[in-house]
Amino acid sequence: MKKLLIALIAFALTPNISFAAPKAEVLHWWTSGGEAKALQVLKDDFAAKSGEWLDMPVSGGGGDAAMQTLKARIVANDAPAAAQIKGPTIQAYDREGVVAPYNIDAVAKKEGWDKLLSKQVASHMKCDDGKAYCAAPVNIHRIDWFWANKKVLDSNGIKMPKSWSEFNAAADKLQAKGIIPLAHGSQPWQDATVFEAVALGIGGNDFYKKAFVDADVSTLSGSTMVKVFDQMRKLKGYTDAGSPGRDWNVATGMVMEGKAAFQLMGDWAKGEFAAAGLKPDVDYYCASTPSDNGYLYNVDSFIFFKVKGNDKVEGQKLLASLMMGKNFQKVFNMYKGSIPARLDVSMADFDKCAKKSNSDLNTAAKKGGLLPSFAHGMTLELGVKGAIQDVVTEHFNSNMSSQDAVKKLSAAVKAAS
Amino acid sequence: MFWLKRNLPRLVIAPSFGVLIWFVYGFILWTIYISFTKSKLLPKYEFWGIDQYFRLWSMPRWHVAVENLFIFTVLFIILCVFIGIILAILLDQKIRAEGFLRTIYLYPMALSFIVTGTAWKWILNPSLGLEKFAIDIGFETFTFDWLVTPGMSIYTIVIAGVWQSSGFIMAIFLAGLRSVDDEIIKAAKIDGAGLIAVYLKIILPMMRPVFMSAIVILLHLAIKSYDLVIALTAGGPGISSDMPAVFMTQMAFHRSEIGLASASAIMMFLTVSAIVVPYLYSELKREDQRN
Repeated sequence: MKKLLIALIAFALTPNISFAAPKAEVLHWWTSGGEAKALQVLKDDFAAKSGEWLDMPVSGGGGDAAMQTLKARIVANDAPAAAQIKGPTIQAYDREGVVAPYNIDAVAKKEGWDKLLSKQVASHMKCDDGKAYCAAPVNIHRIDWFWANKKVLDSNGIKMPKSWSEFNAAADKLQAKGIIPLAHGSQPWQDATVFEAVALGIGGNDFYKKAFVDADVSTLSGSTMVKVFDQMRKLKGYTDAGSPGRDWNVATGMVMEGKAAFQLMGDWAKGEFAAAGLKPDVDYYCASTPSDNGYLYNVDSFIFFKVKGNDKVEGQKLLASLMMGKNFQKVFNMYKGSIPARLDVSMADFDKCAKKSNSDLNTAAKKGGLLPSFAHGMTLELGVKGAIQDVVTEHFNSNMSSQDAVKKLSAAVKAAS
Repeated sequence: MFWLKRNLPRLVIAPSFGVLIWFVYGFILWTIYISFTKSKLLPKYEFWGIDQYFRLWSMPRWHVAVENLFIFTVLFIILCVFIGIILAILLDQKIRAEGFLRTIYLYPMALSFIVTGTAWKWILNPSLGLEKFAIDIGFETFTFDWLVTPGMSIYTIVIAGVWQSSGFIMAIFLAGLRSVDDEIIKAAKIDGAGLIAVYLKIILPMMRPVFMSAIVILLHLAIKSYDLVIALTAGGPGISSDMPAVFMTQMAFHRSEIGLASASAIMMFLTVSAIVVPYLYSELKREDQRN
């Protein structure tokens, strides 16, 4: 009896390698309409290759709840196959020793990801000092967009602004007519989103890089940063009283209805316009915020953790290959509002804003303006990023002077790093 | 068999006791240890010292959170107890439809803080709720914009919290009032005491234990208040209505500062203990003396 029991347990515990179907548990927080549809494409592809997809959606808090779950799983030594992690956090997980061996690197080598991705995007996906792929990119979002109501702009004789002073002039004009110039939801991440676009425009590409990639304290406390905060104070005056705490899509709704003229938001805002049946250049304008050929990117990606069992490793490989597949990259990004991370996907079926995003990206890459978004966690350690965000949102929502804000900014960054 | 019979109660309690020891006290000890480490993204176990506490207290945002906690806790407890007592006394006057009224006052308790927070977020939003309503019906200069005013937003959390919890406190006090012996009240009335004097001098002092339960319940609600803040203001505008529990979750899961988050959790734990332990001790001691 005892022997039989042991045999049974042993049988149950032995991974049945010969019949191992690829299996992957995927942790993500893409649960809303368009995003869920976009992910379904991947699930279908995966199932078509006889893979077993274990969905692990953790919605809520823009990924906060998901991070909580993920950390608990990792601490319990039961990491999922893949999780929606991006930016320097990928390398941070690698430093914790939960990523290697880099199961998907072989796939990347075989499919030639180095050629399919731009250098900048590829560098975010590699672990072990850039030697091996440990994550797969699914899209490129642009952050520094202005979305505007065409009717409101046209009837007031306003064009999409080419400089921040032009924007201020247009906003003053609109405000005098009782239109809210800037639809904004003052939540910390939205304040930071506006802030980084303003910093890019007013400070320029080198300034942005020094401040938010290198976290250089003298740049963070310099006179240019004072000007950036001055512009933020001006922008605050262009928002309405109901702005604090408003969700970004509600703000997008204000632009659609014509209650407000502009919104500064990443290109996921396009999904809202599309869902309402509105078209670029017919109902709304999309244009980059004023800057010197700058382009702030946010690349969503999936990290592949260390997993045990052949079926799970195979699942990771299949998943990585499908995520980089042309079909998924195209369909997913048409739903999501972003553009493919893979370079050889045809942009023909994409809308005008996506095409602009794609061509601007190439120009920016040549002119040194292709920069990672700090507000969306593509650069800086999360602690430093959070410290900057705290000061930005505190300044925006109070009457703190720009000088005080700059002082607080450098102090907070020093304390956090 | 005899042994089993004698020890059965202990055996039945043992599993839940073990679970409690491990998951409450074990994890408190774990958190204390983690707060002395350099843990960032994931827990690490090399000892680092008390640097996380220095970092914590050098953060302006933590000071905002602590200050808000004191404002919220003090106002929340005082207002809840005050309103609770008044409502309980009024309901105690043997009025008609008492059951119906009691249910109405108790009903907010049936909602989660998330629902309360969201509802009040809409009510207090100047472009949607109360302010817009007042302006629409003709009071054009009416303003009530605490929700979006830094420095005032913490008071909106007090309003919503009190709305939610004072009915429950009323129920506790009502139960307390009902347990007061009628004979005492009659005796006082014969001696010529008015209704107010009866309540102030006789009944309320007799309800010391009820005060204790009410305050302990409210205190822990206040210190761990997280969902209400998240739903109502999410700590905003800016970071002006941040609270320690919000700060802690942000640091642990958003900022990859698990060590710092543990330090803040321990500070919260110490705050609760510093207030509750002496209070419980003195109240329980009094009870001992009485027996």
